[in-house]
Amino acid sequence: MSALLEVTDLFKTYGTGEAATRVLRGLSLRLDTGEMAALLGPSGSGKSTLLTILGTLMKPTSGSYVMLGEDMISADDRALTEFRNAHIGFVFQFHNLLPDFTALENVVFPTAVREGRETPAARARGRDLLSRMGLADRIEFPSANLSGGQKQRVAVARALMNSPELVLADEPTGNLDRDSANQVMDLIGQINREEGTTFLISTHDEKIAGFCRRQIVVGDGVVTG
Amino acid sequence: MLYALKIATRYLTASKAQTALLVTGVAVGVFIFIFMSALIGGLAEFILSRTVGDISHITIEAETDDPSVLISPEGHVLVVAERGRTRTATLSEAATWLPLIEGVPGVRSVSPQISGAGFVTRGAQVAQVSVTGVEPGRESAILDLAGYMVEGDVRLGSGLIVLGRDLADDLALSIGQTLRLESSNGVTAALTLSGIFKTGNGSMDSARAFVSLATARTLYAMPQGVTRIEIKLDDLNAADATALRIRALTGLDAVPWTDGAEQLMEALNAQAQTGYFLKTFALITIVIGVASALLLSTYRRRPEIGIMRAMGAGRGFVIFVFVTQGALIGLMGGIMGAALGYLALLPFPSRDAFEPGTLPMDITQGSYGLAITLTVIGAILASILPARSAARVDPVTAIGQ
Repeated sequence: MSALLEVTDLFKTYGTGEAATRVLRGLSLRLDTGEMAALLGPSGSGKSTLLTILGTLMKPTSGSYVMLGEDMISADDRALTEFRNAHIGFVFQFHNLLPDFTALENVVFPTAVREGRETPAARARGRDLLSRMGLADRIEFPSANLSGGQKQRVAVARALMNSPELVLADEPTGNLDRDSANQVMDLIGQINREEGTTFLISTHDEKIAGFCRRQIVVGDGVVTG
Repeated sequence: MLYALKIATRYLTASKAQTALLVTGVAVGVFIFIFMSALIGGLAEFILSRTVGDISHITIEAETDDPSVLISPEGHVLVVAERGRTRTATLSEAATWLPLIEGVPGVRSVSPQISGAGFVTRGAQVAQVSVTGVEPGRESAILDLAGYMVEGDVRLGSGLIVLGRDLADDLALSIGQTLRLESSNGVTAALTLSGIFKTGNGSMDSARAFVSLATARTLYAMPQGVTRIEIKLDDLNAADATALRIRALTGLDAVPWTDGAEQLMEALNAQAQTGYFLKTFALITIVIGVASALLLSTYRRRPEIGIMRAMGAGRGFVIFVFVTQGALIGLMGGIMGAALGYLALLPFPSRDAFEPGTLPMDITQGSYGLAITLTVIGAILASILPARSAARVDPVTAIGQ
């Protein structure tokens, strides 16, 4: 399989002087297209920081990061924003939907913000994604009125809206009951198999990690396994 | 940008009570702006109409010739010929100029006059008067004499005179009675009182007499010409420019009412400045209100802004969302305030019918379009700071909140 992204010798330090905290200490990692990987490790090991850097929301203190052949370290904010919109999807622990918008409006947001409006094609794809997530009867529901599991499935649909090559999920089931968590992971697995989307899922849960074909263990700021 | 407009609109409709309160606050500011514009504008109109409404806007007076002087070859003045005390300077070719002046754009009416001093005598009672001879038919060309008549008729004809109320009372005169008028030239005429006016101006009502131009010619021994030409304009603020035009056209010394009215102009300017200050404060209140409300909104929506940024919304998009909110608030508040202002001004009498004891509000000077435009601009400016603050939100920190 071809490399989707590769980070080499990543360092990330928060703060300066005596208050400086080094979270990543020379981490290197390669993800191939179509992988479904779990990111494991104790709290403070650097999982979330790594996801944030891979998501181009933050730059490392040093190291290299190349995704789809493009250098993510030297790119400016505008270029990173456009790249993120086109190639990376996010699923957060607390779903982070826009509360004043419907389920469909949340899902089509990444496309609408790029196109400048909600095109009929975008709305059709949003409906299709929500149907695949088992939310056909919740399409026009205000997102604030959905259950936790439903919100997280809307968040997964939103992450897939622009058909990104990579979806980064930070504890996507951490706030759900077991049934809802399994339902969400089944859907992620299905998308991975059917569309070849690469997933990197940060989790503490061994059972959730069991849904993934690869486990990446991070400890003390480096990949340990 | 259409999508940013949708998000801005959704944010405003999502917090209906907060938006309504904010729009109402802006509307109150606009209402004050419009109310002040109408009041200051109306007050200026009122003052001008009361002070210069009944006087000539442009006056052409005959220039008095310098006295004749005999000077020696060495430059010493040898003889000065004293000017006759009874001789009055005249505009001898007034009849030639009148059609030209009447054709100048903005000139409403022209009144050739002969004016002078005199004494009114009835029995043993004598009163000093200022006599104005006007052409029959032009009695109300400058002073609205017809509007001030309280008894009799304004029409002036041969042997008729119109006096002020106070003067008529002082001389115990009533309509139809006869009096004697002796001019400063020493000519005496017996005249019949045909009308009595009351302007409310003491000096006018107690010492002014109007006769026909023909009667004045006899009284002041002026078989032709006039002593002055008074001109009324459609817009008294155009007096300076129109006077220049008449000067260029006729070569006569046309003097606008503003000459010698510096104190009045200063007072009006000071009043206008006060209005500008009050209106500026109203705008500042709007700007502060919008800015603070949007700053709060920005803070409250930080997590959402973070999500938008993570999903690929650029800083420009975020700025546009919040600036659009400011513009919409300004537009809604501006229109609402302008409508309220207009409705509140409706009960006040029109500018032509200001009544004593009421506020001289001029509904036509509400500056409605200006108020809405300035409010929208102010609201947009007020939203720039919150919008920039929103665009600087760090997605990582915001999403974690």
